[in-house]
Amino acid sequence: MPRSIQINANGELNHLLTTEGIPRALILKILDRAKTFLDPNDPKEVVNAPHLAGKSVFNLFFENSTRTRTTFEIAAKRLSADVVNLNVQASSTSKGESLLDTIDNLAAMKADMFVVRHGQSGAPYLIAKHINKVAPHIRIMNAGDGRHAHPTQALLDAFTIQHFKGDFHHLRVAIVGDILHSRVARSNIHALATLGVPEIRAIAPLTLLPSGLKEMGLQVYTDLAEGLRGVDVIIMLRLQNERMRGALLPSTQEYFKHYGLTQEKLALAKPDAIVMHPGPMNRGVEIDSAVADGAQSVILSQVTFGIAVRMAVMSMLAESQH
Amino acid sequence: MSPTRMMSVPAILPRLLIRGGHLIDPVNSVDEKTDLWIADGSLVARTEPGKMLDGFEPDEIIDATGALVCPGLIDLSARLREPGFEYKATLESEMRAAIAGGVTRLVCPPDTDPPLDEPGLVEMLKHRARNLAQTHVHPLGALTIGLKGEQLTEMAELSEAGCIGFSQGPLPVVNTQVLMRAMQYARTFDYAVWLYPMDPWVGRTGVAHSGIVSGRMGLPGVPVANETIALQTIFELMRVTGARVHICRLSSAAGIDLVRRAKQEGLRITADVAVHHLHLIDIDIADFDPNFRVQPPFRSQRDREAIRSGLADGTIDVVCSDHAPIDDDAKQLPFGEAEPGVTALELLLPLSLKWARESGFTMAQAIQRLTSNPATVLGRDAGQLGIGAQADICIFQPNRVWTVNAKNLFSQGCNTPYFGLDIEGQVSTVLVDGRCVFDRSKGGFAAGYKPRA
Repeated sequence: MPRSIQINANGELNHLLTTEGIPRALILKILDRAKTFLDPNDPKEVVNAPHLAGKSVFNLFFENSTRTRTTFEIAAKRLSADVVNLNVQASSTSKGESLLDTIDNLAAMKADMFVVRHGQSGAPYLIAKHINKVAPHIRIMNAGDGRHAHPTQALLDAFTIQHFKGDFHHLRVAIVGDILHSRVARSNIHALATLGVPEIRAIAPLTLLPSGLKEMGLQVYTDLAEGLRGVDVIIMLRLQNERMRGALLPSTQEYFKHYGLTQEKLALAKPDAIVMHPGPMNRGVEIDSAVADGAQSVILSQVTFGIAVRMAVMSMLAESQH
Repeated sequence: MSPTRMMSVPAILPRLLIRGGHLIDPVNSVDEKTDLWIADGSLVARTEPGKMLDGFEPDEIIDATGALVCPGLIDLSARLREPGFEYKATLESEMRAAIAGGVTRLVCPPDTDPPLDEPGLVEMLKHRARNLAQTHVHPLGALTIGLKGEQLTEMAELSEAGCIGFSQGPLPVVNTQVLMRAMQYARTFDYAVWLYPMDPWVGRTGVAHSGIVSGRMGLPGVPVANETIALQTIFELMRVTGARVHICRLSSAAGIDLVRRAKQEGLRITADVAVHHLHLIDIDIADFDPNFRVQPPFRSQRDREAIRSGLADGTIDVVCSDHAPIDDDAKQLPFGEAEPGVTALELLLPLSLKWARESGFTMAQAIQRLTSNPATVLGRDAGQLGIGAQADICIFQPNRVWTVNAKNLFSQGCNTPYFGLDIEGQVSTVLVDGRCVFDRSKGGFAAGYKPRA
């Protein structure tokens, strides 16, 4: 068993950096815990809980994202934590302070948990390794690092799939769009494979597909219609405008024509297929409004479940021994 | 006689006897217990162990019992960080690292700050190195002014100042016309051009080998085509210009294949590989450890096997350290932001021995790729210990195990993937110009060196 930076000797989560390598039982435990934070009579409602009372959660966003930061902030507050939001990009590092200097300073402010978003793949690993040396009581939660991982998004996607589909073992899941740059796709692939999804498809033009997908067990399609045939779950990815500048795509119009999810394309999937999107959506680029707002869309449920799942991870991190 | 030798050697050189060691001297086909007799900076005799030499009264006897004795190592790429990067390392610290690694002659690339594009800078570097009087230092001159890939440097002037060839370091000449002109001009004087095969566009933003690992980790990839496209361009320009080229740091199976064919075609090329690439592959990049960030990147297992066989069959001539000490501020960063490079002078020999052991090669075959082969690339009569040879000698314990840590490394850089690990093979004594400059058992360096702070 390889040494893991995020799971301790008792098999508990010490940090959450990636879904890769987290055992199936532990993922299911997180999903079960998340269920306890939803109102049993109305699963659209999140309940309050005291798990993090007296604890301080620092949101360290080296890359700006108000929406993601807010979901972590709400989750922490629902658990009775004190929350400090730091948009680090606009403060210390631009004054020449190094990343690890920033971490040392914040660790000295009686933090219990860092929620980290960073533009570079692997940045939370550097922070977690450093924290393990200087302040091992602090827990690191990856809120998205470069192209690498966005584990809470993958866990909330798994929760959503479980909620609507029950079991993972008979599902065909299609991930559509800019997989090359997507931390959401990578984290979803690891989580869903661990949970036993037998068929995961990647659908994108060749310029947006990373190397090594087949070796990760995926079926790769460049034709959207072909890839969607018979799937149970469709995970659409956001397409960022700068992809046009990097010579990866000619235009959003052409992209929508070939890879945008319309009602017509959706009809190729199973009749009860669900449509997911990590947000924020580009309507008319990767997804048609009729689909985004349609009966098969579970996009808003994802947002609600996201709070519960983040609460689950935070509460379990707070309980683990270092 | 090199200027280094004239300046560094005291008026009266000691008469030395290296006794009881096992000599490995590939050029002279020696691989047996041999005593070495040294006077006036040169090797005067080799005898069977224990014999006396008439009329030779040694001033000092160096006991090499149980050790291996070989020509001092010649490293084709070691960054000494001067001028301009003294906060990463100094000439003093890195020349000590060289000696402690058994390296008695090294080539330093021109990517300093400012780059080595003016004779004055080269003279200054040579002068500083001479005053430290340890390893022989051969600078590479910049191929273009400021390494910008636009204007040619005064190659003839730089050559007179002591440059042994011309290079861009790892920076590209984006404009192929400029590269062709630079090679043409160098050919005029038959100067060697040292080129990294790296296309300036394909994989330019990459930080790891394009493959399963980069795909999984979400690290921007450097495809093998980055190397093969550049090699094809270099070979075509060699055919056009007739220039002599040394290919720096091969990394891929496909690249090695192209070099093999170019050699068969008769192009005047030599090639090297960095010692870490004999061992490490992309899968080894554990937990985004920035110490694994190198240029070119560690590639797949298949590529590593091709590097090992290319080194065995002579497609790759030389193993070099590609030494690059880096300070924590530039290295302890997220993988993609960390400066590429490893500190490697002191690991060159142990990691080469490890290659030989793992690949079933003899010690002599490993030593050849660290001594006489790089001497051939430099066009120098060095890297061998025949009678009359300049007494640059490395004595080492092939099986001594030591821990790679800040206490044991003389280099100012601690940026190595082997940090904290045990490694086999350690240099014990080093002679330069017939003078003992390093003796680990007596606490390190000869007079003139202050102990490490």
